[in-house]
Amino acid sequence: MSLKQRYVLRFTRLNRILHILMIISFITLSLTGMTLKFSYTVWARFLSRLFGGFESAGYLHRFAATVMIIVFITHLVDLFRVKKKEFGSWLKMLSGKNSMLFNKKDWNDFKGSLKWFIGKGTRPEYGRWTYWEKFDYFAVFWGMFVIGSTGMTLWFPEFFTNFIPGWMINVATIIHSDEALLATGFIFTIHFFNTHLRPEKFPMDIVIFSGRVQLDEFRLDRPDEYNEMIGKGELEKNIVEQYPPIVLRGMKIFGWTALTIGFSIVIWIIYAMIFAYR
Amino acid sequence: MKKIFLLLFYIYLPLISAQTKEDCLMCHDDPDFKGKVGTKTVSLYVNGKTFSSSVHGTLNCIACHTNIDAENIPHREEYTKVDCGKCHDDIQKLYVECLHGKAHAKGDPLAPNCQDCHGNHDILPVKDHNSAVAPMKIPFLCGRCHREGTPVQLQRHIPEDRILENYTESIHGEALLLKGLVVAPTCISCHSAHRILPHTDPRSTISRNNIAATCTQCHAEIETVHRKIIRGELWEKQSHVLPACVDCHQPHEIRKVYYDYGMADRDCLSCHDNPNIKSSVDGRSLFVNYSELKSSRHENIACSQCHSEVNVSKHRPCETILHKVDCTSCHAEIGVQYAKSTHGTLHANNDINAPTCEECHGTHGILGKLNPQSKTFATNIPSLCAKCHREGEKAAVRYNGPEKDIIKHYTESIHGKGLIKSGLTVTATCTDCHTAHMELPHDNPESSINPNNIAETCGKCHHGIEEQFVKSIHSPLISKTDKELPGCADCHSAHTIKRTDAEGFKLSIMDQCGRCHRKIAETYFDTYHGKVSQLGYTKTAKCYDCHGAHDILPPTDPNSRLSRQNVVNTCKTCHPSANKQFAGYLTHATHHDPVKYPILFWVFWGMTGLLIGTFFIAGMHTLLWLPRSLQWRKKLKELNNEEEDSGNESEGKTE
Repeated sequence: MSLKQRYVLRFTRLNRILHILMIISFITLSLTGMTLKFSYTVWARFLSRLFGGFESAGYLHRFAATVMIIVFITHLVDLFRVKKKEFGSWLKMLSGKNSMLFNKKDWNDFKGSLKWFIGKGTRPEYGRWTYWEKFDYFAVFWGMFVIGSTGMTLWFPEFFTNFIPGWMINVATIIHSDEALLATGFIFTIHFFNTHLRPEKFPMDIVIFSGRVQLDEFRLDRPDEYNEMIGKGELEKNIVEQYPPIVLRGMKIFGWTALTIGFSIVIWIIYAMIFAYR
Repeated sequence: MKKIFLLLFYIYLPLISAQTKEDCLMCHDDPDFKGKVGTKTVSLYVNGKTFSSSVHGTLNCIACHTNIDAENIPHREEYTKVDCGKCHDDIQKLYVECLHGKAHAKGDPLAPNCQDCHGNHDILPVKDHNSAVAPMKIPFLCGRCHREGTPVQLQRHIPEDRILENYTESIHGEALLLKGLVVAPTCISCHSAHRILPHTDPRSTISRNNIAATCTQCHAEIETVHRKIIRGELWEKQSHVLPACVDCHQPHEIRKVYYDYGMADRDCLSCHDNPNIKSSVDGRSLFVNYSELKSSRHENIACSQCHSEVNVSKHRPCETILHKVDCTSCHAEIGVQYAKSTHGTLHANNDINAPTCEECHGTHGILGKLNPQSKTFATNIPSLCAKCHREGEKAAVRYNGPEKDIIKHYTESIHGKGLIKSGLTVTATCTDCHTAHMELPHDNPESSINPNNIAETCGKCHHGIEEQFVKSIHSPLISKTDKELPGCADCHSAHTIKRTDAEGFKLSIMDQCGRCHRKIAETYFDTYHGKVSQLGYTKTAKCYDCHGAHDILPPTDPNSRLSRQNVVNTCKTCHPSANKQFAGYLTHATHHDPVKYPILFWVFWGMTGLLIGTFFIAGMHTLLWLPRSLQWRKKLKELNNEEEDSGNESEGKTE
């Protein structure tokens, strides 16, 4: 079997399911949320009608938020499980080679990348998690904290105003809305580009849905991880069968749908910011 | 003075003259005493007793019978009539001008002279009930000639008929003859005693211009009584258009009741009942559908009451009419309103487009506005006004104001639907707001739709709202300001008034508030409530949900919905568990104002900075990556191809 037909498992089933749920909830949140943020635009009115009015859009928004919180908590719980099962202690897990925490290699990779970008070096040998992937990962933590907490305040203002003054609701609105703008903008442009739309991955990398990456691509893209696997002789352990074409097709359709919605939102936002801002 | 002088002269005449009354009576007191006048033998008897008790009893005969040669018989060559004017020259002057006097001067044998009415030797003071000209006797005195069948009535031109009979039956005649009320007017009260002139003579007491003065000699306060329809002064000022007393209260037939049938209607109809009758001037039909008139609002009004200036003595009484019918003679108040109105001003300027009374009310078939057949019945008013005010019609073409498609909009408005679709006749029509007769542009302070008056106009029906509104900050009674205050129409519009519970209205009302409260409305749209409204939903707090609609008060007013005491309850109408801190939510907050809302301002810019910073770094990273990524794509492709080639080779080998 050539390398082309051999696949390495990159994402676990749970992580893939969580990411799909994340996509669905995130897109729902942005669509429903943006209708309010950009209520002065025609597309916002249209979308709001599409969701069956501001009230049902609101229900959807809070439902999606609940889903996302569950996704987030599930991931945290999974971290505990992985820690216990594979590492035994937090220290081992967080200081290991595949840790999500930033480490010295990330700093070197970052510098190496910049050198490579300006033609003063070769492509750094990225490991399992590159620094931009870690940035995306922690962006979710930051977003969950900032958007989640302000969102809860806006969800239950009558309750929260027992502890905070009324004007904090206004502050929460601004933070919630602007952080959401940052999140959607970042995900639908930078994240899309970095992980899906880079020319070498164009038009779509479905690894996040299938969890499988071609071995030769893996070898070139993540030489550090590949070498590590070879060194440890664990490569064969990670070799898996690709999904049948029908499943891959479904994943592609899902991916394209998400991308289309994401880009549409970006275009709508740009339109709103440039042509209709107030 | 002269009279007294003469009287004294005649009293003392016997002292200087031999010929005394007694001397004359020596012969003339004999009932059989006759003499010749010309060729006729006539009685020359004078009842001395009667004469002595007469008003002239102290005078000598020769005082009246001048040119007498007492010594000889006959006393004079030629008979000369007694000239009463020698003493009563002032009365004689009147008589000479009078119909009777003129006829007499012409030698008319039917013309009465002094003696015909007053008698000769038996003249008693007017105040004496036995006098021939005592009030009780006057009707019969005049009636000797002026009653049916007399030569005067038959041979002379007397416009009135059955004069004595009618008078006897009239309220005046009844008072005098049945009740013995000697102050009741007799013939001479209206026609004068000695200067009887035809009513066509402007000097006549019964001429059109003087009749009011004549009647008001007795009916002094009648103008007060008639003020409702004829403002007192108009009777004198506009006597040419106003009906005279006699137009309604037919002369000689004056009754306690208003006359059902104008006396002249029959005369008018003798021509105007002909359906083919046309004007000789412009050819328009002059046919009058009398049955239509009789079923109209003016069923009890005679032709001549409106078509005044008729002259019954003419063959065509209407030929003296110079003016058009003036409805204001009765409808004086309305006339004053109309004159002030735009319609009236245009009419006064001879504008051909100006509507007159006739245009809206019709002519002979005028019906009351409560009659569904009437042109001015509530449901007919919009189409009546539309005749001119519909888009493209003569009034709409001249109008430059902001209102467009007035009739169409009205029809679609809540009032129009109420009136036309639901048939609700109490619904506001054009005239309810604009008034029927004094419609004026809104910038006229007297206009019913002037911003200062509009609340009162709407309040005619929406009284409860008006009560609230006049106490609110928007009422001109409360806010003394140079700025324009909103009236009903500013929020509800004039002709496109919608149901206030309709989505469209609820949303548009915010724009209406925003027209004046621009800043505060803009900042409202920066908050959750505003954004939801902006999306087109009404189930969120809008201006009036918090501030009230007609009862808006400044938040500093303890009665305001937003006062310290009330604000939490106001929030509670939507947020049942709202608390005091919750009410501290800034409903008009904006992050664009660093002075008023510094925290929001800096939070916003902090967040925006974070956003810009993140995008700048990540964006730069991505852009720099792009060219390398393209290279990398090439490299991968090459590798792939090599692999494929080698793969194909190996596959070929195994086969």
